[in-house]
Amino acid sequence: MSAAAITEVGEPTSPHIVIRARPSGFFGDMASVSNRALRLLPRDLETILPALLIPLFFLVVTIGAIQNLASDAVPGFDYKAFQLPVALMTAVTGMSRANSLALDIANGYFDRLLMTPINRYALLLGLMVADFVLFLVLATPVIILGFAIGVSFGATGVLGLLVFVLFGAFWGLAYTGFPYAIALRTGNPGAVNSSILLFFPFMFLTTAWVSREVMTDWLAVITWFNPMTYALEAMRSLFLNWDGWALSRGILAVSIVGLLAQTLALRSLNGRVRRG
Amino acid sequence: MVAAISACKLRRTYGDIVAVDSVDLEVEAGEVYGFLGPNGAGKSTVVRMLCTLASMTAGSASVAGYDVDSEGDQVRLNIGVALQDAALDGKLTGRETLTLQGRYYGLSRGSISTRIQQVAPLLDMSAIDRRVSTYSGGMKRRLDLAAALMHNPEVLFLDEPTTGLDPISRSMVWEQLKSLNKDLGMTIFLTTQYLEEADALTDRVGILNEGRLAAEGAPEDLKRNVGADVVVARVVNDPARAADAVSQLAGVSNVEVYGNEISAATTDGALIISPVAVALANAEIEVIELSIRPTTLDDVFLELTGARIEVEK
Repeated sequence: MSAAAITEVGEPTSPHIVIRARPSGFFGDMASVSNRALRLLPRDLETILPALLIPLFFLVVTIGAIQNLASDAVPGFDYKAFQLPVALMTAVTGMSRANSLALDIANGYFDRLLMTPINRYALLLGLMVADFVLFLVLATPVIILGFAIGVSFGATGVLGLLVFVLFGAFWGLAYTGFPYAIALRTGNPGAVNSSILLFFPFMFLTTAWVSREVMTDWLAVITWFNPMTYALEAMRSLFLNWDGWALSRGILAVSIVGLLAQTLALRSLNGRVRRG
Repeated sequence: MVAAISACKLRRTYGDIVAVDSVDLEVEAGEVYGFLGPNGAGKSTVVRMLCTLASMTAGSASVAGYDVDSEGDQVRLNIGVALQDAALDGKLTGRETLTLQGRYYGLSRGSISTRIQQVAPLLDMSAIDRRVSTYSGGMKRRLDLAAALMHNPEVLFLDEPTTGLDPISRSMVWEQLKSLNKDLGMTIFLTTQYLEEADALTDRVGILNEGRLAAEGAPEDLKRNVGADVVVARVVNDPARAADAVSQLAGVSNVEVYGNEISAATTDGALIISPVAVALANAEIEVIELSIRPTTLDDVFLELTGARIEVEK
C-alpha cells in the first residue's frame, strides 16, 4: 500500500501526509516525562501541602521554644539562622514523584510508557527534573519566612542565598533515589510511604537542634557518621562567610548520599524494565 | 515480503508454570489476526512478549520487521498497543493524555493537534477536556485505543479491546478497527474471548489453548472443517447415551457432550434433524429443546479442546 493512498481515522477518503512516530532523543524524552509530572503537581496538592507547611510550623515553634535559651547560653548566637537549614531540609527530604511512579506501576500506566520508544533512563530522570523544580518551590516560603524573622546572608549575599537553596535542592534530589528505588522494586505506594523511616535518622540524629559541642557523647558520635550533619554545617556557614572547608565537606556528603541512593534507583529501574 | 509479525517457537514460563509453549505465528502486513481462547490461555502473555513488555523464555519474534529481542526500540516506535486494562492516568484530561502520547512518539505540536482531530470519531469530544477519572469504562477504553493510534502505528496490538464495553461502544470500536485496516492498511493483532468479534473482524484466527496454538486459519475454513451446521439437543437425562444414539446416525460428526447439551456437526442440518429426533426418541431420551444453528468458532474450539470458551460476564 502506498503512503499516498493511506488515510486515517475520521478521514477515510481524504489522502494526506501520514504522520509517523520518530525518536525524540534523550532530552526530548526527559522533557516529556517531566512535563507530565509538572502538570500533575498542582493536582497533587494533598501530598505537597504537608511539605510546604510542616517545616514552617516547626521553624516557628522551635525558634519560639529555644531562641532565648540559646541566646542566654551563647551570647549573640543566632538560633534563627541555625534552624533555617533544618526547615529547608525538612521540606525537601523525602518529597518526590516516587509515590505517583508507584501508582503508575500499579495501574499499568508505567507499562504504557515502557511500550513507547522513550529512553528507559529518561523515565526516571524526567521525574527528578520535576522534583528539582518542586524543591525550588518548597524552598521559597522557607526563605521568605527566614527573611521575615530576620535571618540574613550578610557576608555571602545573594550568591550565598543561591548556594543555600541549591544545597537543599541537591540534597532533596540525592535523597529521592531511596523512595524511587522502593517504588520501582515494589510498585506499591504504601511501601514508598515507608521510606519516611529513613527520614528520621537522617533528620534527627544530627545537629538539627544543637551543635555537637553541647550534645551527649553518644549522639555526638552518631552525628559524625550522618551526612546530613555536614550538609547542615555547610548551609549554616553561608550565614557567616565563605567557608571552603565546610562547603566541600557538605558537597561531599550530598554526593555520597546521591551516589548511593541513585545507584539503588537505577538498579531498581533496570530490574523493573527487565521484569515481566 | 516481510511479515508484520513473525514468531518462532515462542515460549514463556513463570517458575514451573508454562504460560506460552512453542507458538509459531506469521501475520502478513495489512492482515487482521485474532487470538482466540479462554481466560488464562496465554493470549495476553503473547501480546506482552511481542510488545517488548515481557521477555521470552525461548524462541524468537519480529514485529514490523524488527527483532523483538535485539531491536526493541524500533519495535516500540512502530507499534501501538491497548492492553486489557485501559492504562490511563485519571488526573490527566483526555486531551492531555493524547498530547502526551503524541510527545512520547516525537510528534510535533501541529501533528498532535491533527491526530487528535483524526482520532476524534473514537472519542466523546465533549468530554475531552475533562479528567479521565470522570470517564465511564467505555470512554476510557476508547480513549486508550485513540492513544494507541496517535502515532499511526504500523502494527496495532489490542488485548481484548471490547471486554466490558456496552454494545454501542463495542460496535463503535469494531467500525473503527475495520476502517483502520481497510483505509490505512494497518496490521491488527487482537486477542478476544468474544467469538462474534473474531468472526466479524479477523481475516485469520489462531486458537490458543493452555499456551499452545491448537489451530489456525480463516474463521470460515475452521468452521467448515467442523461442518456447516450444528444440531443441538438439550436433554433431561443421560446426555452420554443421547450422544451415543446420535453418533450412530449417518451424516453427523463430532458429537460432543457439554453439560446436559449434546451437539453434532453436519453438512445439512435441515436434513438430519428429523433422524436425530427419532434416534433420541428410540433411545428413550427426554428432549427439552432441539435446534439447528450455523457452526461457530466455539464449536471449533469445542472440537479441538473438548471445552467451550466461557466468557466472563
